[in-house]
Amino acid sequence: MLKEGQIRIPSGCAISGVIDLEGGGVCGEEMIRSISVMHDRSNGLGGGFAGYGIYPQYKNLYAFHVFYEDQSAREECEKFLDRHFDIVNLSKIPTRKHPRITDAPLLWRYFLTPLATKLSHSQLDEREYVVRCVTRVNTRMKGAHIFSSGKNMGVFKAVGFPEDVGEFFRLEEYEGYAWTAHGRYPTNTPGWWGGAHPFALLDYSVVHNGEISSYDANRRFIEMFGYKCSLLTDTEVITYVIDYLVRREGLSLLEAANVMAAPFWTTIAQQEPERRERLTFLRQAYSSLLMTGPFSILVGFEGGLMALNDRLKLRSMVIGERGSRVCIASEECAIRAISPELDRIWSPKGGEAAIFRCKEEAQCQ
Amino acid sequence: MSMTAFAPNFEVLRDMDRCILCGKCTRECSYGVHQFSADHKRLHADEAKCVNCFRCVAACPTRAIKIIRNRQAVNTSTNWSANNLREIYLQAATGGVLLSGMGTTKSYPVYWDKLLINAAQVTNPSIDPLREPMETRTYLGRSAVPVRRDPAGKLINTLPPHLTIETPILFAAMSYGAISYNAHQALAQAATELGTLYNTGEGGLHRDLYQYGANTIVQVASGRFGVHRQYLEAGAAVEIKIGQGAKPGIGGHLAGAKNIGDISKTRMIPEGTDAISPAPHHDIYSIEDLRQLVYSLKEATAYKKPILVKIAAVHNIASIASGIARSGADIIVIDGLRAGTGAAPTQTRDNVGIPIELALAAVDTRLREEGIRNHVSLVASGTIRNSADVVKAIALGADAVAIGTAALVAMGCHMCHSCHTGHCNWGICTQTPELTKRLDPGAARDALVHLVGGWTHEIKEMMGGMGINSIETLRGNRLMLRGIGLTDAELKILGVMHAGQ
Repeated sequence: MLKEGQIRIPSGCAISGVIDLEGGGVCGEEMIRSISVMHDRSNGLGGGFAGYGIYPQYKNLYAFHVFYEDQSAREECEKFLDRHFDIVNLSKIPTRKHPRITDAPLLWRYFLTPLATKLSHSQLDEREYVVRCVTRVNTRMKGAHIFSSGKNMGVFKAVGFPEDVGEFFRLEEYEGYAWTAHGRYPTNTPGWWGGAHPFALLDYSVVHNGEISSYDANRRFIEMFGYKCSLLTDTEVITYVIDYLVRREGLSLLEAANVMAAPFWTTIAQQEPERRERLTFLRQAYSSLLMTGPFSILVGFEGGLMALNDRLKLRSMVIGERGSRVCIASEECAIRAISPELDRIWSPKGGEAAIFRCKEEAQCQ
Repeated sequence: MSMTAFAPNFEVLRDMDRCILCGKCTRECSYGVHQFSADHKRLHADEAKCVNCFRCVAACPTRAIKIIRNRQAVNTSTNWSANNLREIYLQAATGGVLLSGMGTTKSYPVYWDKLLINAAQVTNPSIDPLREPMETRTYLGRSAVPVRRDPAGKLINTLPPHLTIETPILFAAMSYGAISYNAHQALAQAATELGTLYNTGEGGLHRDLYQYGANTIVQVASGRFGVHRQYLEAGAAVEIKIGQGAKPGIGGHLAGAKNIGDISKTRMIPEGTDAISPAPHHDIYSIEDLRQLVYSLKEATAYKKPILVKIAAVHNIASIASGIARSGADIIVIDGLRAGTGAAPTQTRDNVGIPIELALAAVDTRLREEGIRNHVSLVASGTIRNSADVVKAIALGADAVAIGTAALVAMGCHMCHSCHTGHCNWGICTQTPELTKRLDPGAARDALVHLVGGWTHEIKEMMGGMGINSIETLRGNRLMLRGIGLTDAELKILGVMHAGQ
């Protein structure tokens, strides 16, 4: 049977996310509780979490989380990392024995910063340099997969139900200002940890529930710009599209959302002139990055979360607010599980981006 | 009746029980097949002249006429077909170059028929076009532009001019001269009603049709017939015709007999002369010359109109298209081997070039490999026969398609492959006044609107079936296609997997 990356595997899913706008500590355990009530939306073939603000002691360093199939892959990858980065700290990612999480690859974590000389010789911007190094490892190095590469954030994922994955990675020991979580229901059994979600690049992480019918149009377009879609999953291509639009093209997250879930032409025609002009430009200039078919995504980034549905809203997604806390999930029960009382609960419309940012000073703490 | 060296293609059967000797067939047939006997008591048919255009069959008030393929046995062998023999007899008799009309009659693979379209099941929902919006609007032109903002941070629209079409189907270039005024008018009006564009071809634009300029692409070909300032300004876009799929490597040819009246005036050449376009543009001997012509035309139209470059699908089409994409052109039109024409040397038509499906796939792939696919739009043409072909072309990588033959058939063409004779009995591909008036431009316009409207409905059904509600997410979406009965090499070029994979 073909592995993930050799064949495209559609999947249904559950997603959940939480952010504290004051930057207050949200424990990983809460996220586990939230996603666990949507157990039936996953089938045990993938679960994962992304935590933001979880590495305050290393907040200026890139945190790489890496899967290795064997020691030789680790040695080879570490040689590469050594040549390109100053590794400030490395360790195994702490886990606990878990009856339902098996066949774990080697799990390593590195806090690092690009080597100044290498970086200046590359004539690249620092983040682009990091992206290229990550892409190089993930596409060329057999048995090594960097699945988290942002600053002060980390992705934890595995094959299994999400609540088991969270316990396996001891997420109750982490605290951050925002979390996302994902339970996967792939229609195949690849059994590869790299195929689980969130998918992340730099500090962008994406959890996604849906199946975009535009996949190959989006993939073939984004690959023109040096991205290599090696997993053949929606989440991967969505992450690259966001990275391209926001980091490389300099669009705002809202503008990127207007590209990915562009309003219908008839809707655009009804807008007031300035908005109409902006939406028309974005839709024309990036027409190949429009996404059709069902999706609900949570995008984690430095300092915030964005929730976005496809323009027909073919996947459920609700948002609950309580004080400085905002919870976003596929189902309301996942929100009530951690915040039974809510000030407000609402569903964003199809194509309507809901963007939540921590207060800046809170983020710096 | 003269003696013929070979059996006529068709037999004309007349049911004398039905025939009332009204003689309508003698008046309807411009080829002179039907004739009264001297005493006006019988009707004869000179079958050698018959092209099976269906005109007499349709016109006969008592349905007395039937045309069938000649049953006469012809001595052939595995290596020598009846057609081979016929061509030799013809050429031995005349010493000329064999001419043909319409597209090739040789049986090259039609890859459209070896591609299958996907549909959504369970994991994502199909979308019902009767109940949900389904977008087929297409913008043609360059979309790769730098992101720029004004001091307030507002995005500045830096996009060059685009063509907007409400359905991804254009009418292909067919010149006034090759086809009649009425046919041109019908195309112009249909394009306007449909929100798409038609194309003047290389014969200029009749003054009376300037009013449809917003839905007109004006063509500049190697003969520069009818090209002047107002002409360039009249259209929504300007197309440089380098080649056409039916006859790559050679120029257009309008027989002097068709170059009469308003046609010669529109082309700005003396009446009755053959209008022969040079094989190349004599100011384009290389790619850098093309760039100069592209920018000359942009200067001439004040950078307000997109420039199209039309090329025939030939062996190294991918590199040629890559060069054109870097020439400043906004849209590339690729015309495949099986495309139609008003007149072409038979051997060129039947043997030069490659099928549109392979050319389109190769070009789309190459432009993506070079990271310049969004510098141009791609239009594919050359045997787009139905809405499924349109869907497949777009999934392979086209932004839109152009239809020529399908449009002619909608207007009443019966594909007798005799366009080059100028005797078209249906008033489409002729300039003889008594024939051209047979085409009612209003009815022809309605037929075109019906055809493209029907196709657009079907495209929406297939898109919805795939869970796609906007045509741009179908473009280049090759996972929506699978090949059937194709070799590994063909699958690789088309960039699709085999059915079952």
